[in-house]
Amino acid sequence: MISGTRILAIMIKELLQLSRDRLTYAMILVMPVMQLMLFGYAINTDPRHLPTVVLDEDRTTLSRSVLAALGNTGYFDFTAEAASHAAIDAAIESGAAQLAVVIPHDFSRRVVKGDAPRILVEADASDPTAVGSALGSLGGVAEAALDHDLQGPLARDGGGGPFEIVVHRRYNPENITAFNIVPGLLGIVLSMTLVMMTALAVTREHERGTMESLLATPVRPIEVMIGKLAPYVGIGVIQTVLILGLARLLFGVPFEGGWAALALGTALFITGSLALGFLFSTLARSQLQAMQMSIFYILPSILLSGFMFPFRGMPDWAQVLGTAIPVTHFLRVVRGSLLKGADLAQTWPSLAALGVFVVVVTALAMARYRTTLD
Amino acid sequence: MPVAIDVKGLNKSFGDKHVVRDVSITVEAGRVTGFLGPNGSGKTTTMRMLCGLLTPDSGEGTCLGLDILKETGEIKRRTGYMTQRFSLYDDLTIEENLLFVARVYGMDDRRRRVAEALAGLGLEARRKQPAGALSGGWKQRLALAAAVMHEPRLLLLDEPTAGVDPKARREFWDQIHELTAKGMTVMVSTHYMDEAERCHDIAYIAYGALIARGTVAELIDRSALVTFKGEGPGADRLAPALLREPGVEMAAPFGAALHVSGPDRALLERAISRHRGDGLRWTEGRPTIEDVFIHLMRGAEDNFR
Ligand SMILES: Nc1ncnc2c1ncn2[C@@H]1O[C@H](COP(=O)(O)OP(=O)(O)OP(=O)(O)O)[C@@H](O)[C@H]1O
Ligand SMILES: [Mg+2]
Repeated sequence: MISGTRILAIMIKELLQLSRDRLTYAMILVMPVMQLMLFGYAINTDPRHLPTVVLDEDRTTLSRSVLAALGNTGYFDFTAEAASHAAIDAAIESGAAQLAVVIPHDFSRRVVKGDAPRILVEADASDPTAVGSALGSLGGVAEAALDHDLQGPLARDGGGGPFEIVVHRRYNPENITAFNIVPGLLGIVLSMTLVMMTALAVTREHERGTMESLLATPVRPIEVMIGKLAPYVGIGVIQTVLILGLARLLFGVPFEGGWAALALGTALFITGSLALGFLFSTLARSQLQAMQMSIFYILPSILLSGFMFPFRGMPDWAQVLGTAIPVTHFLRVVRGSLLKGADLAQTWPSLAALGVFVVVVTALAMARYRTTLD
Repeated sequence: MPVAIDVKGLNKSFGDKHVVRDVSITVEAGRVTGFLGPNGSGKTTTMRMLCGLLTPDSGEGTCLGLDILKETGEIKRRTGYMTQRFSLYDDLTIEENLLFVARVYGMDDRRRRVAEALAGLGLEARRKQPAGALSGGWKQRLALAAAVMHEPRLLLLDEPTAGVDPKARREFWDQIHELTAKGMTVMVSTHYMDEAERCHDIAYIAYGALIARGTVAELIDRSALVTFKGEGPGADRLAPALLREPGVEMAAPFGAALHVSGPDRALLERAISRHRGDGLRWTEGRPTIEDVFIHLMRGAEDNFR
């Protein structure tokens, strides 16, 4: 019989110990924020001065005023003039330019006629922080760029700006950087905290000798496991919310839906990571060993999961190894659900892989856990 | 008399180290049994096997009428085990530790029981202190309180009084006898002779084998040791010289007097006769339990080495 009281006893004890350990706080809250800042901003070092190609088919005073106004925002660095739409596509595709401005040939004429022509701004939205603020500045540009030129008889009396800016976000699903970072980071942070903390929590009991007392009581292995791991589930959830919240606020990562897949994937990943930490703790003889095992697991997770390097860019053997890493699958679920709004049906292969991870690791941990000291 | 512990032929090895050899022991309910033996003789290992913390390689038996191999869960519920090393949580307060124990054993009326335990310890005022901040002796007392809180039928204490001051030790033992008066069975390992004498009976283990069993008086009588006490100027300094004599198993100063013992009366008398001239007065005494233990240890060394 599993006893709720005994599980509760261990849970309360674990929570109290957690709350006394200041380093834990640092690990739970500071680490994700720090990593998010480091990884997020290291990539978006300067969201200003973005390389921009221009296709000015009008070539008039007015079109030049618009370009000057764009330049003055500080976000647009006109690095090249494009000869055609195809050249713009190529520049953005290759990453040579992150933004493109297209001014149609009848721009001035239509401004003067007062029928609000359209300027097209194309953006490589794969790095949303970088282009986000540039695109945010466009409204003001449309309002004021031509104030100087349109005076006297040309002066407009209300009723919208003299022209419109249409934004076309290009979105290159397999080549995104910042989008890869955030879901990946969720996987890495959860692994680091959860695997390591549970591995340490159990080996600490062995090292301090408290396991001897604990085992001499009637608690059962499953009760120890549930009681010890439950607080960490809470920690995993807090970290997930924190990271996703910051991802949205600081980096503007789009949330396209796919909440069911995200929730299921996160639940499986948290459970699996905790079970893995528990398994490590049954293998390790000291906290140091538990730490080493955790690092041994986390390193390939960082390097081979597609977090650090694009998965498809890795050599075949590395892809095979990467497929065996839970973070890889978690990353696919998070990316698919958050960025593409993928639902359960679309993400099931990765979810199934995570399910296998949970079942296998939990079974191993239960089999390894001893109610005796032998 | 019902028996609390009844095990036969317990063996345990760690790797190729045979740590407990064929230990068979019977303990009557309601008695305090002292478990003695040199360091590394297998006391802790034996106790761990009794309360289900270690699985014996071979052997069988019962604790509180429950099979030590199959019914460890039930044994754990009815047994209190105080480990040799402090094993409560240093980072939890005294009160939290006791509450944890109360919950783990599924006790009812937990607050009241914890309050009682705290009152019994006299630690009410310090109940919010981390257990790790207690002095060594207080830790031992707290651990004992934690081990008996669920009112076990059998109490296994592994060197409970190591590092405890004499007054606290006396209180400790008074408490142990109070508990046995209520029917609890206690097995306690110790290295202190005065504590051995407070036990109803003794089990002596050396090199993993149980080599003596009985009351203190029985052990002394059975040992057939002869002991002489030498008094006079410089008696306490003769020990090294006497130890070199054949037939002298132990020669130790007790204050100003010298305590000499050995199994062979003739050899012993010859040995001390050489030192009679130094102005020493020799009288025959009754061997102490310490003499007996040292004698047993010698014998065991000859058998197992
Ligand atoms: N888990 C273990 N792994 C390997 N060897 C062990 C283990 N536990 C105990 N031993 C060895 O078994 C022997 C008996 O140890 P045990 O702790 O039972 O002795 P003890 O009588 O309690 O000694 P002490 O009086 O010093 O507490 C020792 O030699 C010890 O090194
Ligand atoms: Mg011991």
